[in-house]
Amino acid sequence: MLRMLIRRLFLGAVTVAIVSLIIFSGVELLPGDACTAFLEREAKGKLLENCREAQGLNRPAIERYVEWAASAVQGDLGVSANGQKSISELVGDRLKNSLLLAACSLALGVPLSIFLGVVTGLWRDRPIDLTLSTLAIFAMTIPEFVSATVLILLFSIWLGWLPGIVLTPAHAPLSEFFPEILLPVLVLTMVMTAHILRMVRSSVIEVMAGDYVQMATLKGVPHWRIVFRHALPNALLPAINVVALTIAWLLGGVVVIEVVFNYPGLGRMMIDSISDRDLPVVQAIALIVATVYVGVNLSADLLTMIANPRLRTMHMRRK
Amino acid sequence: MTTPIIDVKDISVGFTAKSGATLPILRNIDLTVSEGESVGIVGESGSGKSTLALAAMGFLKRGLRLLDGSVAFRGKDMFSLTRTELEKIRGGEIALIPQNSGQSLTPTMRIGAQLIEALRLHSSVPASEHVTKAIELLGQVRLPDPKAILSRFPHELSGGQQQRVAVAMALAGEPHALLLDEPTTGLDVTTQAHILELLRDIAHERNMAMVYVSHDLGAIARVCDRVVVMYAGEVVLEGTTRQVLKNPAHPYARGLLASIPRLADHHLPLALDGRPPVPGGVAAGCSFVDRCALVKHRCRVERPGLAALPDGELARCFYADKTAEVSLAGLGVVPVELESRGTPALQLDALSISYHQPGLLNKLLGRAETRVATVDDIDITVCRGETLGLVGESGSGKSTILKSVAGLLPPAGGKMTVAGGKTLAPVVDNRPPDHLRSIQLIFQNPDDSLNPRQTIAEILEQPLRLYFGLTGQDLYDRSVEILNRVRLGGHYLDRLPSQLSGGEKQRVAIARAFAADPELVLCDEVTSALDVSVQAAVLDLLNELKEKHGTTYIFVSHDLAVVKVLSDRVAVLYQGRLCEIGPSNQVYASPSHPYTEVLLGAVLEPDPDTAPTLSADDIVELSPPARGCPFQRRCPRKIGSICDSETPPWHRLDSGHAIRCHHKIDDLAAAQVVAVVE
Amino acid sequence: MSIVSFLDKNKHFNRIILVLRDVMSRPSGAIGLTLVAAHLVLALISPLIVPYDYKAMNSALMLSGPDSAHWLGTDHVGRDVFTRVLLGGREALLVTGVATPIAVIWGGLVGIFFGLVGGRIDEVMMRVVDAFLSLPWILKMLVLIVTFGTGIEVLIPTLAFFYGIPVIRIARAATHDVVARDFVSAARARGHGRMSIIRRELLPNVLDTLMVEGAMRWSWMLLAFSSLSFLGFGVSPPTPDWGLMIADARGFMSFAPWGVLGPVIALSSLIIGINLTADALAKALGIDRAQKAPI
Repeated sequence: MLRMLIRRLFLGAVTVAIVSLIIFSGVELLPGDACTAFLEREAKGKLLENCREAQGLNRPAIERYVEWAASAVQGDLGVSANGQKSISELVGDRLKNSLLLAACSLALGVPLSIFLGVVTGLWRDRPIDLTLSTLAIFAMTIPEFVSATVLILLFSIWLGWLPGIVLTPAHAPLSEFFPEILLPVLVLTMVMTAHILRMVRSSVIEVMAGDYVQMATLKGVPHWRIVFRHALPNALLPAINVVALTIAWLLGGVVVIEVVFNYPGLGRMMIDSISDRDLPVVQAIALIVATVYVGVNLSADLLTMIANPRLRTMHMRRK
Repeated sequence: MTTPIIDVKDISVGFTAKSGATLPILRNIDLTVSEGESVGIVGESGSGKSTLALAAMGFLKRGLRLLDGSVAFRGKDMFSLTRTELEKIRGGEIALIPQNSGQSLTPTMRIGAQLIEALRLHSSVPASEHVTKAIELLGQVRLPDPKAILSRFPHELSGGQQQRVAVAMALAGEPHALLLDEPTTGLDVTTQAHILELLRDIAHERNMAMVYVSHDLGAIARVCDRVVVMYAGEVVLEGTTRQVLKNPAHPYARGLLASIPRLADHHLPLALDGRPPVPGGVAAGCSFVDRCALVKHRCRVERPGLAALPDGELARCFYADKTAEVSLAGLGVVPVELESRGTPALQLDALSISYHQPGLLNKLLGRAETRVATVDDIDITVCRGETLGLVGESGSGKSTILKSVAGLLPPAGGKMTVAGGKTLAPVVDNRPPDHLRSIQLIFQNPDDSLNPRQTIAEILEQPLRLYFGLTGQDLYDRSVEILNRVRLGGHYLDRLPSQLSGGEKQRVAIARAFAADPELVLCDEVTSALDVSVQAAVLDLLNELKEKHGTTYIFVSHDLAVVKVLSDRVAVLYQGRLCEIGPSNQVYASPSHPYTEVLLGAVLEPDPDTAPTLSADDIVELSPPARGCPFQRRCPRKIGSICDSETPPWHRLDSGHAIRCHHKIDDLAAAQVVAVVE
Repeated sequence: MSIVSFLDKNKHFNRIILVLRDVMSRPSGAIGLTLVAAHLVLALISPLIVPYDYKAMNSALMLSGPDSAHWLGTDHVGRDVFTRVLLGGREALLVTGVATPIAVIWGGLVGIFFGLVGGRIDEVMMRVVDAFLSLPWILKMLVLIVTFGTGIEVLIPTLAFFYGIPVIRIARAATHDVVARDFVSAARARGHGRMSIIRRELLPNVLDTLMVEGAMRWSWMLLAFSSLSFLGFGVSPPTPDWGLMIADARGFMSFAPWGVLGPVIALSSLIIGINLTADALAKALGIDRAQKAPI
């Protein structure tokens, strides 16, 4: 068991390393360099030279990669393109805010969606299933910015219940983000729930139609015990993976939400730095996001292994 | 006359098709089971037997509904009880032993938890004694080391062990009746025999009523007092086991029995043409009209009722008494024996195959693999025109050998030679076109071996175009000719596999193999996935093709009777090693290798007067032993440590019969004669 | 008369008809296909039926409400909203309509290739694909767009490239499934060449999965495209595009919601239509789709 864990961690680290390579070489392959991108039309003469000096662009690529990667591991992500600010500082606040957004959405969305998924699976084709499934399709297919816009229209403009825009500054303590954070969380939860609900529903339906549930019925096991003791532990196994994938998607989807609501998170910072052509910052954010993604997938894998008896015992038997 | 414990009265069960019509799965079924009685329900796929058994518990699969009639269990109408009442009865008074326990046991619950659940729900055993009782139950089903099994998960057990757990679970509630839905399907011959003996003993000890659903008449013969034969959703024959199996009074039952290969036979089983009608496909008259040899006009317009015969049997046929006159014996074709000429068609020398690939690390370090080969030390010669049978249970390596001969799995060692003394390249990629054409492989499962997206025409086109370059009109003509050879009409060409039955698909697979005009045809369990009556037709076909083309066959099967009837010579394999090889009638007689003896003893004949001999234990072997005789762990005639350490020598008897054992042949012969006498 | 090859051609055509009929027989399929067809027709004929020039600005009529002259009112520079809504899908459908087949084809080929090759190369490649997928889509695309510009000559290859990557995984999994089946072993045993096996045995069976995946890819690509436009990185003004229109009209939502509602309904109906069709198509082809989050 421990060997599996170590092997997975190792593979995770390898993936992050590959990602960092992709990011770095991706940026390298773009025409020009960090300085010409940032300075654009003013990229000439002394200005350009100084910038390159500050960024260390005169050294060979491999050296720069190693230095970047090494310091990143230690928490130092370099300086922004204008050479003035430490990226780690800039990113710290933003990351915290985005994590708050993600955490709130997950805390609300995951239990809700699993619950609804089970309900629609058990009562399939009944009114509650038809209603929820239809709503789920809508929530899933409509782009987040559309849902966000519609919800703002509804809750902020027409009903006036919730603020439609976030005005709290980035460095403010987390508690100050309420109640502005509610609408963004609502939108994210909506989309997340739709995906997880559909998946859980089909898994529940499949398991309830399966052989061992039929056997338990014929064994005289009371219906609700079958659901909770026999069916759900099996039906919810794939849910772990879907939740992980959803978290991964969140990391991207959160960008649009942050822009729509003006939320001071990592996503908006990414957009801003791309617009400003501040490549070192973009690079750093990409690395952070990718690491979080890999970490989440790793946890999902391990959780699945623990929960699924087949996988737990597989490596112990010599087949 | 006491009230029967299970009383099914005139039930009809059906479903609503897409078109809106109601199609029946069961039609007017009556079934009574008394206390302590064992009733067998026999039928092939589509007969509705499983539906009937489950209906006895008041259960119908999703989509089915009760159209008419009632089911009473111990006087209670099962279809009008509430869910809570049903939950009390199921598992407590009537218990089910399912077909595939591997899939019927909840994967995320330990065995102990599932057993204790049954105890808690249906037995009066106090909670503190649940674990002890569970261990006791596992012991009663003869599982070794019950305590360890309690904490295992279902997937950690073998098929036989899972099935025993299912039996234990069913017994936990001390039910009055047991329902068994094909409980030994998919199990090895020896395992099957053991489980059946267990069931038989249990039924007798506890005086439980038993309803045993199966297509295997051998199993039914062993366990049941009465037999009900089903066809197309109806009961067509009912009587005591002896009556039904010795002298069946319905043409279908007679045909079914005639199509089962038996060890004592010298001829092929009799094929039953055609296939059963689909639900709703019988408009008027008897459901068996399309396939019956005795059919008359009356049968087509009037549906026969279940009439009582003088000896107490019930038969759904107007001409039941005439059926008895139709003899079962000696109607089958005697398999052709070809004179072998010239060099052998195939020769395997010291063939050894391993599924295990050396790990990357070991490869880099040049370390030799210490794993034991899956198949080892195979020396077989197959003469031209001969049919060689390969028998063995799971893990015997018989399919593995076929794969290597076919070029799909390169052997780890040894040599393969074909006619003319030419070496056979280990992998398909290195073989010349002539070798590719002359060796053809037919797979077990026709659903899988035909591309679902190709029409029959395209499927046949492949070998014809590849080996003979046929196109256009020539291609078409030849395709039709090949289909006719396997007794299918030319109109099958533009159908898709999904539109054909299992038997028809397998015939297409055979046609595809023969389209290449092969010299050697490898048959990998080609009849195992088919119904018994269809199986006979396929065997018949294989024999006919051999007669016409002089083909050499290597026929792999786990069914000993089928192998014996079709093969000239037989090789017995255990854990990938040869135990015995020789002409089939000699291998099947004494003296035999101890494993052959065990195998033959475990065969269940559809004859209530025979009983299997169980000599070896039902242990599962995970891998062959590194040294010595492969059968060392289970051999009832084991000598001692010599069997563990030294490879047994070959004893060659006359006419090519050879046995590999540390015993002397005379000793074996003497001991085995004694066993038969006992 | 070559019956066999004649049946061949007919077979493909017949199958398409059969599948279409199956899709239409399901409520989700019927609604979805109708919506998609309506949008495609609209995209084609809209320039011929629009009442106004989409560029025509009228400072006197800024943000006026719906009336008989302007059915959906005007936007913040006086342009007719109805016209722009009718035309708003053209660019999106053009870009995604070209990029989706490219994505499915290149992702499918690579996925099938690695599915067949197997071994170490396959494992390494999958690690790289996983690593790639760990970056948020928006980041990847924006970096390219920002560097190279926002014309369709950048958008199409960018979308096609990034949306083809998940297809690799799917094609590979489907290939693995098919290769394990006996009919492929049978073909190998007969001695057919690798290309022949791929063409005749593998592709027809993998194609179904890819088609359903293609439909889903299309809907996600539309989502991405409109999100990009919304953020200002997609279509450039004054080209009418629903995403862009929503972004523009957002600021005036409190008193002029029609500017937002029109494009919202148009965009949503198209994407929902594609999704419903993909669902019905999957059921018609008998494909069991695990629900996945987009990209």
